Amino acid sequence: MAEKLLEISNLHAGAADREIIKGVSLTVHKGEVHVILGPNGSGKSTLMNVIMGHPGYKVTEGSIFFDGRDISALKTFERAREGIFLSFQTPEEIPGITVENMLRTAKQAVTGKFQRIFAFRKELKAMMEELKIDPSYSERDLNVGFSGGEKKRNEILQLLMLNPKLALLDETDSGLDVDAVQIVSAGIRKFHNENNACLIITHNTRILEKLQVDRVHVLMQGRIVEEGGPELIDRISRNGFGQLAVP
Amino acid sequence: MEQKKTFVEDIERTLYDIRNEDHSVYKTERGLTEDIIRDISRQKQDPGWMLDFRLKSLEQYHQIPLPVWGPDISELNMDEIVTYVRPGGKMAENWQEVPEEIKDTFDRLGIPKAEQTSLAGVGAQYDSEVVYHRVQKELSDRGVIYTDFETAVREYEDIVKEYFMKLVPPKDHKFTALHGAVWSGGSFVYVPEGVHVEIPLQSYFRLNAAGAGQFEHTLIICEKNSSLHFIEGCSAPRYNVTNLHAGCVELYVKEGARLRYSTIENWSRNMMNLNTKRALVEKDGLIEWVSGSFGSHISCLYPASILHGENARCEFTGVTFASKGQNLDTGATVVMMAPHTSANINTRTISKSGGAATYRSAVKVTKAARGAKCMVNCESLMLDEESRSDTLPVMDIETDDVEIGHEAKVGRISDEAIFYLTSRGIDEEEAQAMIVRGFVEPIAKSLPLEYAVEMNNLINLELVGSMG
Repeated sequence: MAEKLLEISNLHAGAADREIIKGVSLTVHKGEVHVILGPNGSGKSTLMNVIMGHPGYKVTEGSIFFDGRDISALKTFERAREGIFLSFQTPEEIPGITVENMLRTAKQAVTGKFQRIFAFRKELKAMMEELKIDPSYSERDLNVGFSGGEKKRNEILQLLMLNPKLALLDETDSGLDVDAVQIVSAGIRKFHNENNACLIITHNTRILEKLQVDRVHVLMQGRIVEEGGPELIDRISRNGFGQLAVP
Repeated sequence: MEQKKTFVEDIERTLYDIRNEDHSVYKTERGLTEDIIRDISRQKQDPGWMLDFRLKSLEQYHQIPLPVWGPDISELNMDEIVTYVRPGGKMAENWQEVPEEIKDTFDRLGIPKAEQTSLAGVGAQYDSEVVYHRVQKELSDRGVIYTDFETAVREYEDIVKEYFMKLVPPKDHKFTALHGAVWSGGSFVYVPEGVHVEIPLQSYFRLNAAGAGQFEHTLIICEKNSSLHFIEGCSAPRYNVTNLHAGCVELYVKEGARLRYSTIENWSRNMMNLNTKRALVEKDGLIEWVSGSFGSHISCLYPASILHGENARCEFTGVTFASKGQNLDTGATVVMMAPHTSANINTRTISKSGGAATYRSAVKVTKAARGAKCMVNCESLMLDEESRSDTLPVMDIETDDVEIGHEAKVGRISDEAIFYLTSRGIDEEEAQAMIVRGFVEPIAKSLPLEYAVEMNNLINLELVGSMG
């Protein structure tokens, strides 16, 4: 079996004295694609944020190991430098920082290597071309005035440029248009290889159509209530979450 | 995380200790007296009219009450004003007395040692003297006068007498009256008709005169169709033991002339900066203000542009950054009193760690200003919950034939924006700095490169160690 990349054990976490994650255990190995399903408000996005170290959430019990190391005490930027990446459902709009400037700074941070402007720009433009992003977007302020699909494309661009070990993809919003679904799906396929892993939240099973899913977890009220292979996705799309009892 | 505190907020005790020593020396004198003014005047070898001017200002100073608006300046003990005014004993006696934090900041800004000592008020040996003399030769060949203010009073008495405190009369407010009575040091520039001064002139003189940098007077006259860029101060923190700054700047921009007046000010954090700046702009003239306020404990600074002639223009660009223990009340004043005058005010204010920043402006458009145009754009950014930001734009418009635009935005750095950037591996300080730089970017773009760099440096310094 491949190496463990992410190992979450009995994780309890919440915000402002309210427990949202109530004892989640989950292991992702290198080379795998995992999917988390669950109704709205079950704690899926919170779980992603907790893995990424969002300062608004507090871990009260349990542990998160990444690449063999306990990362519970690490700050968000340190986790990112360890190789975790979160693709946001609704990325922040940040005026005054261009896409290129942010990505070059980020690339420098995660690789620890100085990124020469022209070499980096070349790499960026090539990647943008591949993702069918208008190259002029590298000069635009981060997500400012971007459409939903453009924001999504920009997240995938960042994923591919920063090339992390673990991609957390928060695709909770079921309102994704066809365009966005295609981008995410194609982006994941391009990114994924035997040395990295993906953990995807989605309502939209079309994102998963062309992906080889290894494991599916169903999260309800902060607990994993069911786990299985890709067949679980079909079962839930047919029958919904109602059939699954919360223990 | 390692704390790399840059600034002076921790040294106030030291500063007050030193001041208290001075204070005991002059214990017997309370308040400002005629004798003190005569004494100052004698030391300056003022002509008779200047002594009279000082004495008349003193009278006004005694009559005018403290302003009742703006930041609370009650901690300024007006009874002990003599402590601030007495020449001598103001500067640190030697380099050892200069607080480490200030020296550290000098180093970070890459300021050479010779300038550091001068900026800190220790010794008057300043490398720029050499530069100054070379510049001086070139300028005087073209009829430009560029000298310290005491020299100007002696050697160019007629010009000084014609313009000195005519634009900013002592009776304006208590601190202009004080200035009229005790002014010391400063710069005098006279640019003759049609002469374009290509290199920016800097206010070297304030660094050298005793008591300069406290009550310095700047008088610039740009004659018809001339042009000048004048730079006041620099980004290094100016360290003075005493803590009141009531300088005065008078700028005369004649027909068709252009003057750019730039300041990036970073007074030490015990300073009350109550400075008065005013420009009178004639037909087709242009005044450009670039104003960066980073230092001081309390600032009240609203450079005024009086657009007196047809087509006179004003461009005002300002950045204010208030951190812990700072209350910076800044903005601009514009009086439009001739047809087709135009003004553009563009400011960014930032507050963090409990700092308070206020944008305050007054735009007055008189009946005569037909076809005037004025655009005000002021934006504020608060970096945390404990900081404060206020926007007080006032407009008084007496004519219908006018185009006025006003845009004000107040925002806060959202935790989610920081989370977004840090999730990409960028550390918290850099994430915050990127957001702040992004916020001032539209303004930084309009600055000369070296100023933009200085401002970025200052923003970075402000933000280092600011996040937990």
